[in-house]
Amino acid sequence: MFDDPNVVLHCEKIDKIYPGTKALDQVSFDLLKGKVNVLIGENGAGKSTLMKMIAGIEQPSAGKMYMDGEEVFFKDTNAARARGIGIIHQELSLFPNLTVYQNIFMCHEKKKGIFLDDKKHLEGARAILKRLEHEIPPDTLVGDLRVGQQQMVEIARNLVENDLRVLIMDEPTSSLSAAEVKVLFKIMRELLEQGISIVYISHRLEEIMEIGDHVTILRDGKYVADADIKDITLSWIVENMVGKNTQYHRFQRSIDLKHAEKVLEFNHIYLPKTGGGWLLDDVSMYLKKGEVLGIYGLLGAGRSELFECLMGLRPEHTGEITYQGKPMRVGGVADQLKKGFALVPEDRQRQGLVQSLDICKNASLASLESFRRGLLMNYPAEEKAVDAQIQDLHIKVADKHLPILSLSGGNQQKVVIAKGLMTQPTVLLMDEPSRGIDIGAKTEVFEIIHEFSERGLSIIVISSELKEIMAIADRIYVLSNGKCTAELEGDGITEDNLVRASYAGLGTGKSA
Amino acid sequence: MKKNNNQLLMTLLKGRTFIVLIILVIFFSFASSSFLQPSTLTMVAKHVALYGILALGMTFVIITGGIDLSVGSVVGLVGMLAGGLIQEGLTIGGKTIYFSVPAIIVIMLLTGCLIGLINGLIVTKLNVAAFIATLGTMYVCRGLANLRSNGATFSKIAGYEGLGNVGLKALGTNWLNIPAGVYVFAVLAVLAAILLKRTSVGWHILAVGGNEKSARLSGIKADRVKILVYMISGFCAAWIGLINTAQLSAAHPASGDGWEMNAIAATVLGGTSMAGGSGTIVGTIVGAFVIGVINDGMTMCGVSEFWQKIIRGVVIILAVVIDQTQRNLQNKMAL
Repeated sequence: MFDDPNVVLHCEKIDKIYPGTKALDQVSFDLLKGKVNVLIGENGAGKSTLMKMIAGIEQPSAGKMYMDGEEVFFKDTNAARARGIGIIHQELSLFPNLTVYQNIFMCHEKKKGIFLDDKKHLEGARAILKRLEHEIPPDTLVGDLRVGQQQMVEIARNLVENDLRVLIMDEPTSSLSAAEVKVLFKIMRELLEQGISIVYISHRLEEIMEIGDHVTILRDGKYVADADIKDITLSWIVENMVGKNTQYHRFQRSIDLKHAEKVLEFNHIYLPKTGGGWLLDDVSMYLKKGEVLGIYGLLGAGRSELFECLMGLRPEHTGEITYQGKPMRVGGVADQLKKGFALVPEDRQRQGLVQSLDICKNASLASLESFRRGLLMNYPAEEKAVDAQIQDLHIKVADKHLPILSLSGGNQQKVVIAKGLMTQPTVLLMDEPSRGIDIGAKTEVFEIIHEFSERGLSIIVISSELKEIMAIADRIYVLSNGKCTAELEGDGITEDNLVRASYAGLGTGKSA
Repeated sequence: MKKNNNQLLMTLLKGRTFIVLIILVIFFSFASSSFLQPSTLTMVAKHVALYGILALGMTFVIITGGIDLSVGSVVGLVGMLAGGLIQEGLTIGGKTIYFSVPAIIVIMLLTGCLIGLINGLIVTKLNVAAFIATLGTMYVCRGLANLRSNGATFSKIAGYEGLGNVGLKALGTNWLNIPAGVYVFAVLAVLAAILLKRTSVGWHILAVGGNEKSARLSGIKADRVKILVYMISGFCAAWIGLINTAQLSAAHPASGDGWEMNAIAATVLGGTSMAGGSGTIVGTIVGAFVIGVINDGMTMCGVSEFWQKIIRGVVIILAVVIDQTQRNLQNKMAL
């Protein structure tokens, strides 16, 4: 039994196992009453997963939860809602095809007999939106609203019923303007006064220092530390977030990068965001021959979008690009591949592989054109080339005609890399190449990166993991909120510099 | 100025199906002198009711992002079952029972709901794509309809005075000079509009179609909603099975063949998006009128059946193209 008057909800040794990964490992967590409980950790640390358990969206594989001195189990969101737990999702979960008031009252409809009472809906929606200082006409379609306004509607949905006891906010400010954040904080303080407890997930550290009461840090699905905000500093948070245990071997370069030529240079890249603002805001970078360039940043900083611009997936971008000494116009994907760009995409399953094809076909997919003889495919040449890659990258395959999904995650990733390399690129773009693979495979991927850069291939690597990017990159740019906030080299590459720069682009009312 | 032009265009686009309907009526009334005569209009209304009732059910299904290809076969199957019950009764253990017409109507409507329930269960619980699931039940129902009589037609279905099962014909005649089917269409349309607009079930249907994941997270039982829409569709199809049999005083196993396409066409013309999430009953009614007027109008003007098909096809594609133009324009205006 667990009973503590200061704790609304207690999680006891929660495990969550997904096929292949352990997202939460024996995490215990106290949700303090009437406080802003902050959860922080790097991407993939398990913050959102833990909140999904509490909100009943997913169920723990093991472990228990207690409320009011008794054990609770939430089989779905309704069960959690019945206990007064509401959640504002990281990705908006609204209905763009319905009006603001329909969204707000969805599943909490007011009725007269069996009919809906739209008058009450309109009045109720107006009242809630007024409280949120966002007097959006309640009969507007949600799809027509700006993202920030949609976020407010999402918050409003949770205020419809008066029985709210816990409000979970998963990165609610990621799409809000500074003024909207201020309103949000005001609302949060009001909610606290009403005795509602808040769980707050955010990457914006200054925000946490401003609004938070108690902070809990997760890393790799495990509990690391917790403390009252008044007792700690930003550096303490960073230190605990990043951890000290995993260390990668730092590669020594034989190439003299100082005197290497610039392969690629781009200046003043802008990429507009639908609904206003910029995904990329005046980004300028260069890449040298044989260099491993790192791009670090938080989720949504614009890293993948930069790759998409270079690969011809974002024709709406503007800026000057110089490639191999000549100005370059970005064409379509096939055109960019021909010019010598290759991408290892972020989402292996959805963007990197074709699950229905075998290992060999997956590897040769991007370079099929070079195995053509007249109208027909030259299979022997294709197989020989794939065999060479399998050897070169040490991909462990029994037979290259087996289904791609028969391989481990790490070997699948190597096939995706092989696919990129088989186009014989000049510039290889790798988006989170170590995501979702085990530590041994990670080291091997890093060795591949190192080896090919030594052979003269220029590589840009995106990573959210500090230790990794520090180990492999010769030079690192930090993106934050679409802006390039730092360029670090040599001894300048420190955890502290990287983390601070990754928050620098986020204006939150105060100067960041 | 630009903005005003856009808004005018927007209004025109939104009311486009209705505008098309008016243009069609004017066109055909000039092209064929008999088009505006009461007897012609009665015939058009009769046909519109047939497509329209099917399209009402189809609208709910398509709003959730599904499709129901089985409705045409359900029309045939219900007709055969109803005709069989009237002419031969139900024989259990050597005893033959004859039902009264109201009882037969209720049994048939429940049959329609049952087929809808099966469709819904296949789509939700067995996770089969709606297109495939209802394609399967379409064949099964057509096969059952043929099996009922070994492919033969039940003709001259009138019932027997002595058995107390006369009266189905009333559904096929005119009441106050208007075909009975039109009354059924009107009542069902009003009920459908109320269900979609004025009840929480309607909201849930729109929500499931708009964003199923969000709907589940909001606590909506998405599977139940989906099963319900297929049941509504089956219910509507059963009505058409009955009305069609009553109009012909006969039941033929091939009845309703291909009618699902007319229903889908009317729904899409009425502005329901095949991607789900949006659609109105009023739109579907107008869509059914457009389909009915085009079909009968062309026949009256002597356009060959072959050309009619081509024109119908072009009209449907145009409708969707215009629909997308409207959405793009809307997005542009929102920026």
